Amino acid sequence: MKISKKRLYLIFACVLVAYAFLAIAPVFAQDATEAEYRPFPKIGSRNAAWIAAQLHLLFGSFILGVPMFAVIIEFIGWKTKDMRYDRMAQEFIKLCMGAFSTTALLGGVLVFILIWCYPKVMTKLSGIFGPTMIFYVVLFFGETFTLYLYSYGWDKMQGRHKGWHLFLGVLLNVFGTAIMFVSNAWLSYQTSPATQYGVLSEGRRKSWIEEKLAADPSLTPDTAMEGVTSHTMVPLHNETTGEFMGTVWDAVNNFTWMPVNIHRLVGNIAFGGSIVAAYAAFRFLVAKTKEDKAHYDWMGYTGNFIALCGLIPLPFLGYWLGREIYMFNNTMGINMMGSLFSWLFIIQAVMIGVLFIGANYYLWSGMGRIEGAEIYARYRPYMITVIVICVAIWMTPRTLSKISSASELSAMGGANHPHLGLFGLMTAKNTAVNIVILTTFLSFLFYRRSGKTPTASWGKVGNIAISSIFFLAVVSIVVIGIVGFTVPTDLRVNILTPYQVLVALAVMAVVTVVDIFMYRRATTSGTINWGEMTDRSQYVLILIAITFTSLMGLMGYARSGLREAWHIFGVMQDTSADAFTPLLSEAVNIVAIIMVVFFALVGFIFWLGLWGEKKKQDAAATAETAVTAEGDD
Amino acid sequence: MKRLSLFTICLIILVGSWLVLRFGIGGVVSVPIPASVIAMYMGLIIIAILVHISVEDSLFQEFLRPIRETLVDDRRRIRRRVIAVLIPLFLLGYTYSIIAQRASPPGSPRDAHPSPPLELTYKDEVIGTMQDVVNPFRHYEKDDPEAFKAHVENGRRVYYQNCFYCHGDHLDGQGHFAPYLQPLPANFQDPGIIPNFQESFFFWRISKGGPGLPAAGAPWDSAMPIWEDYLTQDEIWDVILFLSDYTGYQPRTFGEAH
Repeated sequence: MKISKKRLYLIFACVLVAYAFLAIAPVFAQDATEAEYRPFPKIGSRNAAWIAAQLHLLFGSFILGVPMFAVIIEFIGWKTKDMRYDRMAQEFIKLCMGAFSTTALLGGVLVFILIWCYPKVMTKLSGIFGPTMIFYVVLFFGETFTLYLYSYGWDKMQGRHKGWHLFLGVLLNVFGTAIMFVSNAWLSYQTSPATQYGVLSEGRRKSWIEEKLAADPSLTPDTAMEGVTSHTMVPLHNETTGEFMGTVWDAVNNFTWMPVNIHRLVGNIAFGGSIVAAYAAFRFLVAKTKEDKAHYDWMGYTGNFIALCGLIPLPFLGYWLGREIYMFNNTMGINMMGSLFSWLFIIQAVMIGVLFIGANYYLWSGMGRIEGAEIYARYRPYMITVIVICVAIWMTPRTLSKISSASELSAMGGANHPHLGLFGLMTAKNTAVNIVILTTFLSFLFYRRSGKTPTASWGKVGNIAISSIFFLAVVSIVVIGIVGFTVPTDLRVNILTPYQVLVALAVMAVVTVVDIFMYRRATTSGTINWGEMTDRSQYVLILIAITFTSLMGLMGYARSGLREAWHIFGVMQDTSADAFTPLLSEAVNIVAIIMVVFFALVGFIFWLGLWGEKKKQDAAATAETAVTAEGDD
Repeated sequence: MKRLSLFTICLIILVGSWLVLRFGIGGVVSVPIPASVIAMYMGLIIIAILVHISVEDSLFQEFLRPIRETLVDDRRRIRRRVIAVLIPLFLLGYTYSIIAQRASPPGSPRDAHPSPPLELTYKDEVIGTMQDVVNPFRHYEKDDPEAFKAHVENGRRVYYQNCFYCHGDHLDGQGHFAPYLQPLPANFQDPGIIPNFQESFFFWRISKGGPGLPAAGAPWDSAMPIWEDYLTQDEIWDVILFLSDYTGYQPRTFGEAH
């Protein structure tokens, strides 16, 4: 008997559901008595919550990131009256629609797991954040309806209603960002349940002083305030009883809330762009017509460009978040960068290296489809060399004891190599990352210029100016980096590193402006042959998306693991069997599983979209054939 | 002169890079680089070569040409046979190098830096949180330079009476006992040691020594004594002042939060 494909999928789905039910069945056999923890069968509570949370985050990141650039692309299409942009933005939102319900579903699964496995923690958190949870639900409804209106109203709200449609797009992003900010408050509070005196509520200020006076009878209300500034960190809990003493806003506006918000906001754009680019790459690879290849090549290029735009500021924002974690708690900072999680950051460096090398590779491949881009090919080996040297610096570990033999350690005179060990320090790594970013920007500049000849009379001067700006910027970044070895850390972190970042950002801004004016009336000597890309370049787009996903998973482990055996750092201890910090190898395995599941789900959602599209096309083709046949009659 | 093929150029770059890392930087310029780090760098160089040759189809074909010729061209019969012998020999040698028993002890598995506790204690007495405790004599550096100098001198005395046997005359970790210790004593002249930690961290490491190292990151293998059994709190703070004064590195402080 021949089984149809549809039936096969159905059987497979039934088997999966049956297995899932059998796996969790023992849970329901237990007494529903009050407990601090309840074990999740087979894989354990922590792994269950970890997988559900990370999958929820990945889907959430995708559906929050994509509307941000979809609305910008739609706006560009509206202003330039180029419908191709409009169609592409619509296609992006269609991808979101399928992922939206999966995000909500995974959010529900996460909540169920948390309530079942960690009831006491959830009671504590909901006691503090109750009002924000109601607000979250309101925002969720807002986002859902706005997304439906925005997506389903796309074709209807063309022409004079386009402005309103764009307004819906902006509103969708406002709701999405607000939702993320609310949920970020919960998890960032678990990491840093404290805030600065300057932004603290009046009630907590009073109770904190009272606690100080009670703890030390020799203090007076005046002497208790000695040394307290607006930046003084104040715990939100009574330090003796652990009782929460602040307001909801104190808890929301905790010390690491805003750095996490900004880091994730930009990260969502980069991640969304990379997933869209991977989707386009897949469609490119399976496309049968030239038109389809051209369309998906263009879509892949746009996705990668968006991912790059997000990727460039991410290291800076990550650095800021890291700095704030150090500021909140030195022990946590040392654990992150110098101790328990330090090797994770070497893996992170490798992965970010892959992202930058991949993004540059794609840009260089793309120049192959532009006539007249050959003149820039001679710079490529130098740019590869610079990027690889910088990535090598970035991924050089500070301490080599774990990867060296005893004789190698003796030869080095310790765990640090006397010269290469310097690359392990942040001042060297920051220098390297800034140069990688500038080199990537240069690649993009070459790509933009390919096939064009400037007609501005000051073209030559402009080129000399741009080259000088690049040269001076690299020299200053390197000099600042070298000075960074000799100054106190406080000065390096708060002055020198931001200055390095400002130099890189300023170069990109100034050069972009000069370049736009230089090429404003440029003559086009070659056209872009969309669709004429190597398959290799498309696999690179898929690799970039996979790397982003793994990176987010690993950094999720770091962010959560930094609390060590605390549900709420320093306040509520984790006394469950899963309290230990998992080994890096275990974390990598779990993240790999999450990544596979994520891509399987994303693939399924995209396949569903394709299926619907194919059915529509088939129906349209049948109707057309019928009309033609009627005409023939 | 015959132009070198792209494949040969790539091979020269690869072998040349290995020679530079292994014998140039890791020999002439500096001390040897651990094999794992060289492997990491070589991996990156291979990626760079692959990126370069595969960006353009024409380059890729040019790179593949000698490989294809070696595999199928009858004129390259001798080269093919030599390579057919060399590859298994190379793999054999490489496998032997990995699995052969060696007399050298394994390396130290210790973490980069131990994870400090949240509270700083001295003989079970809580001094404060690791985050907030500062060296009580540090302010003399500005307020009373003479007093500061006296504390540094006392620190110097403490150091040379107790610490220099392992940490060395010049605080560079090259003391008399150093060659016989594993892990090697800390080198305070390294720019990555003193500037990266607050003074409270150094107080904790000195006072608790090797036995006081945390469970996280175990197993530890430190020979450092528990100095709180022998030194007073003031002596420990003084020796910390001496470490930074002698090396010129300032321990980590935190500016205002934002």
